Amino acid sequence: MSDIDKATVAKIARLARIRIEDDKLDHLAGELNGIMHWIEQLNEVNTDNIAPMASVVDAKLRWRQDEVNDGGIQDKVLKNAPNAEYGFFTVPKVIE
Amino acid sequence: MTDLTKLTIAAARDLMAKGELSSRELTEAHIKAVEAARPLNAYVAETPEMALAQADAADAKRKAGDARAMTGIPVGIKDLFATKGVHTQACSHILDGFKPEYESTVTQKLWDNGAVMLGKLNMDEFAMGSSNETSYYGPVKNPWRAEGSNKDYVPGGSSGGSVASVAGYAAMGATASDTGGSIRQPAAFTGTYGIKPTYGRCSRYGMVAFASSLDQAGTITRTVRDGAIMLESICGFDPKDSTSVNMPVPNFEAALTGDIRGLKVGIPQEYHLAGMPAEIEALWHQGIEWMKAAGAEVVDINLPHTKYALPTYYIVAPAEASSNLARYDGVRYGLRVVPNGGGLNDMYEATRAAGFGDEVKRRIMIGTYVLSAGYYDAYYLKAQKVRQLISDDFKRAFEKVDVILTPTAPSAAFAFGEKSDDPVSMYLNDVFTVPASLAGIPGASVAAGLDAQGLPLGLQILGRPFDEETVLRVSGVIEEAAALKAEPKVWWR
Repeated sequence: MSDIDKATVAKIARLARIRIEDDKLDHLAGELNGIMHWIEQLNEVNTDNIAPMASVVDAKLRWRQDEVNDGGIQDKVLKNAPNAEYGFFTVPKVIE
Repeated sequence: MTDLTKLTIAAARDLMAKGELSSRELTEAHIKAVEAARPLNAYVAETPEMALAQADAADAKRKAGDARAMTGIPVGIKDLFATKGVHTQACSHILDGFKPEYESTVTQKLWDNGAVMLGKLNMDEFAMGSSNETSYYGPVKNPWRAEGSNKDYVPGGSSGGSVASVAGYAAMGATASDTGGSIRQPAAFTGTYGIKPTYGRCSRYGMVAFASSLDQAGTITRTVRDGAIMLESICGFDPKDSTSVNMPVPNFEAALTGDIRGLKVGIPQEYHLAGMPAEIEALWHQGIEWMKAAGAEVVDINLPHTKYALPTYYIVAPAEASSNLARYDGVRYGLRVVPNGGGLNDMYEATRAAGFGDEVKRRIMIGTYVLSAGYYDAYYLKAQKVRQLISDDFKRAFEKVDVILTPTAPSAAFAFGEKSDDPVSMYLNDVFTVPASLAGIPGASVAAGLDAQGLPLGLQILGRPFDEETVLRVSGVIEEAAALKAEPKVWWR
């Protein structure tokens, strides 16, 4: 499988919304390659006709009535916000 | 007067039942012990006032005839359980200042059962680590040291604060969580008893999520009996967690009969690792002899996909983590960093760059990579299929045996910095614990001996889904056979 180069690390960082300085990209590429090469031993395993396992719990998800059972807690929801005004979360300007 | 912090939960419970001890006395002794144990760095927040209020309430309830399983017992809480109005950051910088407006189900159950909170416990950041070296609050020190040495050792991870507080007599028990071994491996490194129940036994509501298909709460205690008492008090169905299983919780303490005659104990041949220290092989062999002496039948078994468990885990867990940790964006809680004149995307990127530590960043990057377009099938889907094969290995094994016995970790505790430069060598610490996490089965680590340097070693017991009782019963037999009298020399008080 393909090696992770500097450009790929920059792309992943962008997708993950983590700013990584240019001078750190090479080092990180080396580390990620080390981990991914170790992981690639999975290619030895024959998984033909094996269903992917997403959960260890066999049970089906439970149904419940679609009814409001919570709410009216705007203060609590906003309590930990780094910046909240007029009952809203606020962020830097998005639209000019 | 005896040192109250050295009592077991069971002994303190019985003394309080007889009226010979109050929770107030017990809690005051522990608050002092927590302060004195600060050199261990086990606690990241101490809550002495809350503890005393809970202790007084517990004493009043006992007087009123309403004593429960944990009434008046002071415990520590791992920093990833949401505790209303109290520090809850999973030891990450990105959750700076976060004090939840709600309580996790696990801690709520503890308080409902009468327990007393001493504070919040250090851990690897977001539970990502095997040595407690990734915490934003600094590393935790293992109360144990090699004989004649002043060198500090890691306590294991990620539940490093949980095990250090319990081994260091600064809590009678502690909550912990296990995603790939974070309860069992640190228990082995500190001579404590750690048990992770079946996935679905404990509610994940209010636990800071790492990898949701793997995360499971459990307990750290000094004895198996204490583990049975505390574990029972946190298990049970919770409609607030969609993967919580609606099954009655047995009386775990009653499972400690000491009788394992006729029980079939499986020894997986794939766990004989090349290069594993001889004393760990010897301890395992000793465990097998203890099983035979107690009347159990020992059976060789195969878990053929064992060697693929770690690489599978290092796809599945980072993939889920990259998704779970997307919520830390600087908008709703925790840290916010806005570069000068920066917009929304700049804020996300700067906040996450400043807020996450290196190991967390590495895992988010791996997770993002394996889930990205073009790689999803080759990595993530492949790992999910191998996970099925690993789970099938256990299913087949449990057709032949009742329980599986292995070493908990491939080494004893190591010194600081010894493995932190090489991520893969650090990951190998969890080689024996990860398979059971992937399969969701219950597992425990019980202190079974010491290595040549005098550091503790653990044996791991794995059971069928929802058969924690057999895991506990076998743990009890090993604890009794090992009869470990050693305890860490108190250097931190």
